[in-house]
Amino acid sequence: MAEVALSGLTKRFGRAVGIADVDLTVPDGALVVLLGPTGAGKTTTLRLIAGLEAPDAGTVRIGGRDVAGESPAQRDVTMVFQQYSLYPHLTVAENLAFPLRSPVIAASEEAIRRRVGEVAEILRIPHKLGNKATELSGGEMQRVSIGRALVREPAVHLMDEPLSSLDAKLRSDLRVELKRIQENLGATLLYVTHDQIEAMTMATHVGVLDRGRLAQFGTPREIYADPESLYVAGRLGLPRINALPAATFPGAPPGAATVALRPEMIRHDHGPEARVRRIERLGDQTRLHLDLAGHAVVTLADPHTDLAPGAVLHVRPEGALWFDAEGRRLRGSA
Amino acid sequence: MATIEIRDVRKEFGDFTAVQSSSFTIEDGEFFMLLGPSGCGKTTTLRMIAGLELPSAGEIRIDGRDVAQLPASKRDIAFVFQMFALYPHMTVRGNISYPLKSQGMARAQVRAKVAEVAGILGIEDILDRPVGGLSGGDRQRVALGRAIVREPKAFMMDEPLGALDAEFRERMAEELRALHDRMGATTVYVTHDQLEAMQMGDKIVVMNHGVVEQFGTPQDIYDWPATLFVADFIGDPPMNPLRFRGRVGAGAAVVRLGEVEVPVPTQREGRSGALVLGVRPEHVALDDAAPLRGEVLATEYLGTTQIVTLGTAHGTVKARAPASDPVRVGARTGLALDPRAITLFDEADGRALRSAGNEGVLG
Repeated sequence: MAEVALSGLTKRFGRAVGIADVDLTVPDGALVVLLGPTGAGKTTTLRLIAGLEAPDAGTVRIGGRDVAGESPAQRDVTMVFQQYSLYPHLTVAENLAFPLRSPVIAASEEAIRRRVGEVAEILRIPHKLGNKATELSGGEMQRVSIGRALVREPAVHLMDEPLSSLDAKLRSDLRVELKRIQENLGATLLYVTHDQIEAMTMATHVGVLDRGRLAQFGTPREIYADPESLYVAGRLGLPRINALPAATFPGAPPGAATVALRPEMIRHDHGPEARVRRIERLGDQTRLHLDLAGHAVVTLADPHTDLAPGAVLHVRPEGALWFDAEGRRLRGSA
Repeated sequence: MATIEIRDVRKEFGDFTAVQSSSFTIEDGEFFMLLGPSGCGKTTTLRMIAGLELPSAGEIRIDGRDVAQLPASKRDIAFVFQMFALYPHMTVRGNISYPLKSQGMARAQVRAKVAEVAGILGIEDILDRPVGGLSGGDRQRVALGRAIVREPKAFMMDEPLGALDAEFRERMAEELRALHDRMGATTVYVTHDQLEAMQMGDKIVVMNHGVVEQFGTPQDIYDWPATLFVADFIGDPPMNPLRFRGRVGAGAAVVRLGEVEVPVPTQREGRSGALVLGVRPEHVALDDAAPLRGEVLATEYLGTTQIVTLGTAHGTVKARAPASDPVRVGARTGLALDPRAITLFDEADGRALRSAGNEGVLG
């Protein structure tokens, strides 16, 4: 396992920016999640590290070594894709053994058998080793494709939305499992997703990408509690953070254009009037959709609140985040 | 505008029973969700209401009239499919006005009607564009426009947001619900996504293997599941099932899980044998003093809250705790369960035992 360091990494596709001037370090043994919407440059970053694309500028260092000019195989990385691609005519054991049979690795049959057994244990599929890949469920297939990466013990694992084609329950099980596996193995893992839940629950560090640029890098708690821009504030948190004109509430610092409030940062005791438009009962939480001076605001209420549409609340921010007209965070006020 | 009553409706395809005898009522103006995993019979039920399938038995009443054996064209409802099928060679206007033209409506009236619908959907400025180059959201709006322009008695929607990505789905769900609130038309909506059902629905029918497991408001179904299936299908994470062997008497307000006594809502019916204690993650508090013990296996940070996974003698339990609580993997702790929010189930048939808590919901 090794550290991966990107410095000034840039990739253009014709006129379009893939990624621009990205500096980012994946510490040895960390699970770093790159988060962003479609087109933010997540997959491009992975492909540059893997050697599937060549950068226009900047360097990729794996374990301190500049890997420019090295082939994907020489870089000692694995890659897991969203769509599991197993060999359908091979058994699970043969699929798992396949990477170890590469002439570059040249493992002995005995070593291969041992390693496949270990990985099958880790993934909780030892009873499936004799099955054909086509006889597995979707979740099992994705576990095998993750397993095919794990058998290798490379410098770094690269994963591109490996859970996004699975259903919700399976995804939440595999989230916990993948994190457990990564911690137990001490593996370095760079994981790309547009799913903020995956980013928050799994990552030791999150890198938020915005149109090819790294907008912020930090622990999930730092990114959630202390976003440096309105863009980053909007990437984490469900329901999404409310963004309102700064003048809506008193206490705006100089230069503030926008005040942003997570739904749980809104108190319902005094302050400007807001009318309840709609109530969404999700069971564990109830969301109030408010109209505050013509702006839509979402806040939370007790799950069994007896508020009804049309009710009027007085709302007050607690711990509001302020941003300037460019969306940059303004600190040190209200 | 329509009330839709489903009475003892069954559907068989050869030897396979897709829908077991089912009954429920969709009130006028409701946004009604048919929820369940794939193969549960929800789409078949929708298609029977629409007249795209004829039931093997039972009645479907729309405003009191039994339409069960009538074809779709005689039922005056509109169907919106998952893949918004638009006429690709026509403009937005052409697509929306098509159902009216084929009814033989006068041109001026068609124009007025299309303008009104475009206003409701906020697509006035794209009316004369070809549908080919539209974004997914606009295509979806056009498909909706074509459905609402006819002013049918009811709308049937089969996973209309299923093909969209998560962020966009959330936005369209809001938009659909807001549209419904403006128009007030009875809507029957099929989904496998429990969050979507909770978020948008006035009422939910939960189906599994062709059987209606429960029918009610989202909050009632969430708080007081009628079956273990519903307890597991609704909620993320779902209700925790703590399995134990024991007995509980009618009138009891406490059960014994091994050596530990756990207070529960006063039970209306007794049972013994393999039982399950169901409790939702937000009703499990980590409390060192609580006698029910567990070991922290994992934590998942979610911003305001965190999900703590614990191993106990009765299986894995997930608790929802404030994100500010310091919780260490490997620590041993107690689990305090909120006695007001517990449901006991008979493991053999999966049904909830009646108690002071759920009797109002289970009837």
